[in-house]
Amino acid sequence: MIEILLITILSLALYGFALNKKKAKVLSEINILHSQPHYHGLYTAFLTIVPAIILLISWSFIMNIIMGANLKDYFSDITDAGLVEFYTNGVIDYVEGTTDAIIDHVGFIPAVEYYQSLQKTSSILQFIVTLTLALILFRYSMRFVEVQFKARDHIERVVVIIMRASAVFAIFVTLGIVLSLLFETLRFFDSVNVFDFLFGLHWSPQMAIRADQVGSSGSFGAVPVFTGTLLISFIAMAVAGPIGMYSAIYLSQYASDRVRSYAKPIIEILAGIPTVVYGFFAVITVAPFFRDLGAFLTFTNMSSESALIAGSVLGIMIIPFVASLTDDALTAVPKSLKEGSLAMGATLSETTKKVIIPASFHGIVGSFLLAFSRAIGETMIVVMAAGFAANLTFNPFDSVSTVTVQIVGLLTGDQEFDSPKTLSAFALAFVLFFITLILNVISLSIVKRYREQYE
Amino acid sequence: MNNISSRNQSEKRFQFYGKVAVTLAISFLVILLYNIFSTGISAFQQTYVAVKLDIPASVDKKSINPRSYLNKSFLEMFPPEVKSRNERKAVLSLLSKGAKYEFQELLEDNESSSLQGYFWFLASADLDMYIKGTVKRQGDTAGRLDEVQMQYVDILESKNLVELQSNKYLFSAADSREPEMAGIRGAIIGSLYAILIAFLVSFPIAVLSAVYLEKLASKNKFSDLIETNINNLAAVPSIVFGLLGLAIFLNFFNLPRSAPLVGGLTLALMTLPTIVIASRAAIKSVPPSIEEAAIGLGASKVQTIFGFTLPLAMPGILTGTIIGIAQAIGETAPLLMIGMVAFVVDIPGGPMEPSTALPVQIFLWADSPERAFTERTSAAIMVLLVFLVLLNLTAIYLRKKLEKKW
Repeated sequence: MIEILLITILSLALYGFALNKKKAKVLSEINILHSQPHYHGLYTAFLTIVPAIILLISWSFIMNIIMGANLKDYFSDITDAGLVEFYTNGVIDYVEGTTDAIIDHVGFIPAVEYYQSLQKTSSILQFIVTLTLALILFRYSMRFVEVQFKARDHIERVVVIIMRASAVFAIFVTLGIVLSLLFETLRFFDSVNVFDFLFGLHWSPQMAIRADQVGSSGSFGAVPVFTGTLLISFIAMAVAGPIGMYSAIYLSQYASDRVRSYAKPIIEILAGIPTVVYGFFAVITVAPFFRDLGAFLTFTNMSSESALIAGSVLGIMIIPFVASLTDDALTAVPKSLKEGSLAMGATLSETTKKVIIPASFHGIVGSFLLAFSRAIGETMIVVMAAGFAANLTFNPFDSVSTVTVQIVGLLTGDQEFDSPKTLSAFALAFVLFFITLILNVISLSIVKRYREQYE
Repeated sequence: MNNISSRNQSEKRFQFYGKVAVTLAISFLVILLYNIFSTGISAFQQTYVAVKLDIPASVDKKSINPRSYLNKSFLEMFPPEVKSRNERKAVLSLLSKGAKYEFQELLEDNESSSLQGYFWFLASADLDMYIKGTVKRQGDTAGRLDEVQMQYVDILESKNLVELQSNKYLFSAADSREPEMAGIRGAIIGSLYAILIAFLVSFPIAVLSAVYLEKLASKNKFSDLIETNINNLAAVPSIVFGLLGLAIFLNFFNLPRSAPLVGGLTLALMTLPTIVIASRAAIKSVPPSIEEAAIGLGASKVQTIFGFTLPLAMPGILTGTIIGIAQAIGETAPLLMIGMVAFVVDIPGGPMEPSTALPVQIFLWADSPERAFTERTSAAIMVLLVFLVLLNLTAIYLRKKLEKKW
């Protein structure tokens, strides 16, 4: 139905384009038009399509809300609002064909029938109304083919509006992230105290299905998860920091142009490899390596999912982030400073340590912060190489869990959507989003301010 | 002041540290790639076992039960001692569960001709692992092959009735519980749908907003807000986009779970900032003199943008887009959030059907304890890396060939 409608409107618009262009062309043979003929054609096409599409989208939007609200009446005997929503969604999913599950409730079958009939009338009405609108505007636009008519100005105005909407779209994405996370987080805090979440020392979100089972209330103290994230990220920085910084120093100060032109892109390949590949690498290569190393050094208490494994592989992944941003910072230092120092008799290493690094210190700090925020938000490596059990420890040989591991663990697989268990994932994600945002804002502003210093 | 020789020594040491760091970084990459390739290369071959068939042309092929007939023919190839129930079961499990489907196909293809002589059928993953040398013989057993099975494997080997052939399933099948029958076609198609949708959604929006920010927006608080906003979006962890997709597309718009459509929309939101930033840089590099010339000749601002600025900036924009798309192809975490992790044995027929994506398939296989899946994981990674290399080479080519130096 909707396909036929779209095709009809589209062909109507095409027909209008050709018709008006031709009309304007005939007119242009004896007059000088304000706008080129094809703008007159485009004007019709726009007028036929754009309002019709807007109507179509808002129609399905409004109808969904109306129909959903009416569906609730079929489950009026249920008092739990969450369950009603679950049932109405079940009806919608059943009619849409995404599920075959029939809900055991007297209202279900009538609700499905009602929804189906409503959908049918809605789509017929939608077809008629939208097509009428398109036809009226199509007819209406015909009268505008005149010498004086500023078709181009009108079209350009619409184009600029579309561009502006695209630019604002990014804000809506951010808003969408913040609102969707915030909304679910607040629902989580209905059942769990904010302070228990932020400062509690015990994390075990596994809740029993029935209320009378043992340990039915999970505990949501997120501190072990945060410390695990920090531990793994610090290990990663301990790997990536020195390696990234020393390679940046070597490549920017010592290496010949030839070596630099090969080595730099090769190191940057490390950033282009999908993180799931690193995760697999951690499991099949790095974990056995550390296990053998542990056995060789007679370490017996090393976990097979130790923070060291995930951290060091994560470190390898973020080497290029540290290296390339540090490199940018080092090369941005004015040559005069370096040459002045060398002319005074300092060696290159002394110049680097005492002049270039202090001069680019802000940029290096910025690059470290950016890399750190990457490490905190990275998911696949830790999901595959770190554990799910959140232990409160700073021992790198123990197994720890991270924020992202918990989010993945809590939200994959089948579970009801309203339990504190799944909602806690949103609360964790909100914290993650907030922290990475702050780190990014700080590091971007540091890097920017420092750049301006030398420009 | 230190004396010269110790200063020179510290100079050398410093330089040495730098060399070590670069070497380490590069050797990590080499070790990673070597590991993947050395474990994955064997997955492009698969063990096949020859079974002697004797079906004359006159026999009605439809009357043959593929499973029991194949089993009977396979057992008949061995000395008649194979009689106990357990022994027969052990021997038959050397053939894959997929062998009977291959036999059925063979029967259908040769409706009226005879099937006589040796025909190759898929071997089980356990036998495959032994033939490839992934599991070694230890005493009378090898990996999951027990003593009885090993006896018959030896017989087969001595008669040259097992061999490695190219792996047909890897590129033609979707996921399967049996490692020897599992392939990545379903995942590749799911990935392609998702990427196509991500491109179709993010490219126009990103380019239009880049043009707007560079050429039309007046410098004020609002355009500053959009700018910082886009820069920050680029650094939001990808899993957060997954949660956004879950909350908006699945829970609010009720789109189907596990569908490449939703995956594509989520990835579109994720790649949007990357493309915007790259497009802005490309648009900035178009010399203003060209635009001024167009304006001077009477073109409107919009005409200048679509007639001159965008076509000239297109190579740069496309390069940025390809890099963004390459990032999105390898992205796994957001797809886990919107349910593209399901075990899907069918090849998806459209963007609304449940499916996985290539990196998710890698994740699922990497999780599997079976040895045979390890080599398949590496093979899937190799395919993914080849995709990425091709994309990046295209980007480099575009940059080198099309970008003009002004």
